[in-house]
Amino acid sequence: MSFEKFFNTAVSAWMSQEGPDSDIVLSSRIRLARNIVDFRFPTLFSSEEAMQIITLFERTFAHRSYGGAGRFELLKMSELQPIEKRVLVEKHLISPHLAEDSPFGACLLSENEEISIMINEEDHIRIQCLFPGLQLAEALEAASELDDWIEGYVNYAFDERLGYLTSCPTNVGTGLRASVMMHLPALVLTQQINRIIPAINQLGLVVRGTYGEGSEALGNIFQISNQITLGKSEEDIVADLHTIVQQLIAQERAARQALVKTLGIQLEDKVFRSYGILANCRVIESKEAAQCLSDVRLGIDLGYIKNISRNILNELMILTQPGFLQQYAGGALRPEERDVRRAALIRERLKMEERRKMEGDER
Amino acid sequence: MICQECKQRPATMHFTKIINGEKTEFHLCEQCAREHGHMFTFYGNDDFSLNNLLAGLLNFQAPMKEMTANAFPNPDVLQCETCQMTYHQFTQIGRFGCVDCYRTFARYLPPILKRLHSGNTAHSGKIPKRKGGVLHLRKQLAMLKQKLQELVAREEFERAAEVRDQIRSLEDELRRRGEGDM
Ligand SMILES: [Zn+2]
Ligand SMILES: [Zn+2]
Repeated sequence: MSFEKFFNTAVSAWMSQEGPDSDIVLSSRIRLARNIVDFRFPTLFSSEEAMQIITLFERTFAHRSYGGAGRFELLKMSELQPIEKRVLVEKHLISPHLAEDSPFGACLLSENEEISIMINEEDHIRIQCLFPGLQLAEALEAASELDDWIEGYVNYAFDERLGYLTSCPTNVGTGLRASVMMHLPALVLTQQINRIIPAINQLGLVVRGTYGEGSEALGNIFQISNQITLGKSEEDIVADLHTIVQQLIAQERAARQALVKTLGIQLEDKVFRSYGILANCRVIESKEAAQCLSDVRLGIDLGYIKNISRNILNELMILTQPGFLQQYAGGALRPEERDVRRAALIRERLKMEERRKMEGDER
Repeated sequence: MICQECKQRPATMHFTKIINGEKTEFHLCEQCAREHGHMFTFYGNDDFSLNNLLAGLLNFQAPMKEMTANAFPNPDVLQCETCQMTYHQFTQIGRFGCVDCYRTFARYLPPILKRLHSGNTAHSGKIPKRKGGVLHLRKQLAMLKQKLQELVAREEFERAAEVRDQIRSLEDELRRRGEGDM
């Protein structure tokens, strides 16, 4: 498969759009956990119950169109190859738990990959809407409308006092998990992040590094989400998160300006060295790739590097994960082989930018 | 793959159990999984810590004795009639077995929910359309009453009067619907 073709099928449509504040916020995600009355939760349900739920969703929603998101396709985890499942996880369309441990898991995926509905994960239903940039309110509205649509066909487990009843008590109430992915290289470089994360935790929000082991942030990307789901309205939960995110954006921008002032040419040098590594490497581990990508992305945001699309960080962070590398290679790879493939894929992606630029210049 | 417990039926359930941070795989048939009441964690890697944390939070009642499968059953043990989940099991895995568990374990839940949700024990968000009109009106009414108090406290009497009128018309509406048609 040619790289361009691989790339065009690998990158979700929503990812190549730019959203508000997308110099710092990569994506906004809303997840709603819902359960259907009359079935036990996935913790304990029987295989019959699980199959009934899948059948219900397959009959009701598969191949149906929903707004601008396109048609839904139902993917059964039991029918997918391990690499296919991995790729869905790396795109954040399904959870690792659904891919690995749910024998009766399924997913309804919209054509544009903006919406995915996980079935038989920890709850019967997990509606997920992904938007580029900082668009929490928009994503909430989209998820809530979809929720209403689904509710037209199934009976949700709901209690007047406790709200939506979920398998885990950490989700009861709204069942809402709102999260944003942020690129915060300057806050990391100036070490302010070590002070900020505990402060955010105290406000009832969770900060996690993404793709990293534990809470380590790979490529300076952090995911910030709400922890409390009970006692606050959906709008308040999202508004509170939005406020904190805006403050973080302001702090990151200030830190970037401070870095430009204090480091000057050294910062520019760091950015271009990283670019040099990415453009020329033949073997690269994911950690180094992530750090270099973060530097290059910062260089694009600061105007040092022109003619490379800003999405390159989001795209390559996803494309250089093991699942995608193996899909690109067309088969299983050992870790050492992955490092070689990763280097090749990054070089190809940068070459694609050059070709695009040349075509643009000719026009 | 054959069930590792009965070594007869095919294993259809695949679990990961975490004991002292050690990951062990289990491959069981459905029957054995249920009969032996194994406590399984259903999480992917990045949720392990959350899961342990949660189990810790729920376990605050009394130190749990390690029970073997054949230990004498405690007659006082609280168990959900619908899914057979016991309260003990719930505190260990941190998840309910079904909707009715919420009712069965109701008296133990407030302190748990308070811990998890910054002191909150009642939902104040979206209401499914299906649950319908009266519930929506009642929620709205409660919200307006709270707003009225705030406005009065801030001495914004003009706006308070508007809110009071809204409250009256909502109360009329509820009366018209006979309140009880849930
Ligand atoms: Zn068995
Ligand atoms: Zn139950």
